[in-house]
Amino acid sequence: MSGDSNVVYTYDGSFEGFLTCIYESFYNRENPVDIVPEYLCQPTLYVEKYIASQPQKAQRVYISIQEKISVQAQTMVRLGFLTCLPQKELCMLLYLRLGYKVGSKLTNMLGNARVSCLHGAVKSMQNEAHLLKGFIRFQEYSGVLVAVISPKNFVLPLLSQHFATRYPNESFLIYDDTNHMALVYQNNKTKIVEIEKLTLPPVDAQEANYAALWQQFYKTIAIQARNNPRCQRGHMPKRYWKNMTEMQTESRLSGRDTEKMIQAGGKTI
Amino acid sequence: MDLMEKLTILADSAKYDVACTSSGVNRGKSADASGMGSATACGICHTFSADGRCVSLLKVLMSNMCVYDCKYCVNRVTNDVPRAAFTPRELADLTIDFYRRNYIEGLFVSSGVIINPNHTTELLIKCLEILRFEYGFRGYIHAKSIPGTEPALVTRLGLLADRMSVNIELPSESSLQTLAPNKTKQAILAPMGQIHRQIGENKSELVKYRYAPKFTPAGQSTQMIVGASPETDYKILNLTENLYKKYQLKRVFFSAYIPVVQHTLLPSLETKPPLLREHRLYQADWLLRFYHFSAAEILSEETPNFNPYLDPKCNWAIHNMHLFPVEINAAPYEMLLRVPGIGVKSAQRIVAARRAGRLDAMALKRIGVVLKRAQYFITCNGKGNAALHATRENTVRALIDPAAYSVGVQQLSLFDTQIQLPVEEAVKCLATAM
Repeated sequence: MSGDSNVVYTYDGSFEGFLTCIYESFYNRENPVDIVPEYLCQPTLYVEKYIASQPQKAQRVYISIQEKISVQAQTMVRLGFLTCLPQKELCMLLYLRLGYKVGSKLTNMLGNARVSCLHGAVKSMQNEAHLLKGFIRFQEYSGVLVAVISPKNFVLPLLSQHFATRYPNESFLIYDDTNHMALVYQNNKTKIVEIEKLTLPPVDAQEANYAALWQQFYKTIAIQARNNPRCQRGHMPKRYWKNMTEMQTESRLSGRDTEKMIQAGGKTI
Repeated sequence: MDLMEKLTILADSAKYDVACTSSGVNRGKSADASGMGSATACGICHTFSADGRCVSLLKVLMSNMCVYDCKYCVNRVTNDVPRAAFTPRELADLTIDFYRRNYIEGLFVSSGVIINPNHTTELLIKCLEILRFEYGFRGYIHAKSIPGTEPALVTRLGLLADRMSVNIELPSESSLQTLAPNKTKQAILAPMGQIHRQIGENKSELVKYRYAPKFTPAGQSTQMIVGASPETDYKILNLTENLYKKYQLKRVFFSAYIPVVQHTLLPSLETKPPLLREHRLYQADWLLRFYHFSAAEILSEETPNFNPYLDPKCNWAIHNMHLFPVEINAAPYEMLLRVPGIGVKSAQRIVAARRAGRLDAMALKRIGVVLKRAQYFITCNGKGNAALHATRENTVRALIDPAAYSVGVQQLSLFDTQIQLPVEEAVKCLATAM
């Protein structure tokens, strides 16, 4: 492909914006050296080019992935955008360039570096989401269930269906403190909102009692003669521990929630 | 007695039960979205205890009071331990409160025998009815069938639970007679047969009537204690295979015997649990269920016990070297599964990827196949790894199971204490046997 390659695309950070970048890259026959959200862009020697998000163009690209490559590839791109893969936008541009060339066999080409890189990132995100379905711990605050997670990837969209099905008659909030976003479920509706900071009041006596019962159960269920911390860490990496009730000492459990107020607000995506 | 104390006693008594899986059934919210809970076929682990075992369900006994006197069991009537019992409502409430906070995926409930098996089962049914009908609980429930319970009660329990299990306890009838005098093979196999039959009937009913009530939709499982009695691995594995074939069990669990009681008929209290042996049995169990192996291929009358240094698949491979190397781009799926180091996921990915083009060693790596062991058994496009010095010794060295040295081969068996060989000696020894 010919054209100027010394250009960095910047966009608004939305999925639509990213798809518009793909459109522009093909339409202008450009190979950008990187595609980055505007707010993360560092000054470089390359020419910066801001690509404004355009729904029609994004839609065209999105549909064309399904038509010219496959539904699976479309899913991969949709999920790939949520991963923490470094330079994920560029990886997906290269993935799609290959895809438009080879067509539907793209998702089977697992031995290809461009494919395996994206598939690996998506797999690792799905794995993280699956683990979190078990590791999330809710605490009740006057009828509302609240949980905090610190994932590597943006997994909230992968969790929403699961928990909405599980607790159809509850109200709950899952706060992602890596991405500062929260999944809110109320009256049978889920939405993902931006929350800069979430500080929680201390839990009441009843809630603390359930936490204590659970911690006691957790301690009791382990068989001393089979103690195996390595195996435990293998299945449940330490980075999840800080948000899990049973892994807290009693002091930390109440210490986490000293400040008050839930500062919710911002835009819905 | 407060709830905390009860929970401690009854979780402590249940911890030797192995099964804590929540898999096998998919269930979303109800049509009118009432109640709470769901189940996922792949199962979800909620935490991992200090021994590395998954905790998915609230695993407790209804009561640890028991009229039986099984020698190996902490809860036997002659043992002096604190006793407690939940009321059905207490246990149902606790389950719901834990479930709401996403501590657990559901309930695993077993019980010591209070008065008689029928009375005990009725208590379990009461608890499950509160959960299912009062709370509209749609999470996972695993219930133990108490040997000797009337068939009608087993049916009622099966309609409330997702999975049922009857513990086979010990791998042979004679061991059962010595160590668990109140249980007979008949009393154990009868409910297992009944559950198997009713699952079959229920399947054909569901074909006819879409809304027929479901009977243990996640099937049944069992467990046996390994290392408390003198059976060979071959015997245990054959029993396992027969249970899968005859009763279509979803899982057979093994539990390394942990001495909790001093008794002349049992290994002494200082004995370490045979963890490596248990590990080998699970490896072999996986080979039966997912790798198209039969018990006779893994062990035989002549070699009735597992090799301490090699996992069963590697052991099979070095005794069948005439079948290797296999060509990655051509070998059928079943043969790929038999290559040491290639598992189900890798084999599936290889089969998918080679549809898109021929694979070389680099591509295999990108697919995620670990070549450390596999490289001695495969060719890519007719070529092996040129840099590889594939002598017998090197092959065996790559295959030796690190668990043999971390867990220790002494733990393979309780009865003949093995001496652990240094790695190099073990390599030589195995290479000559190839």
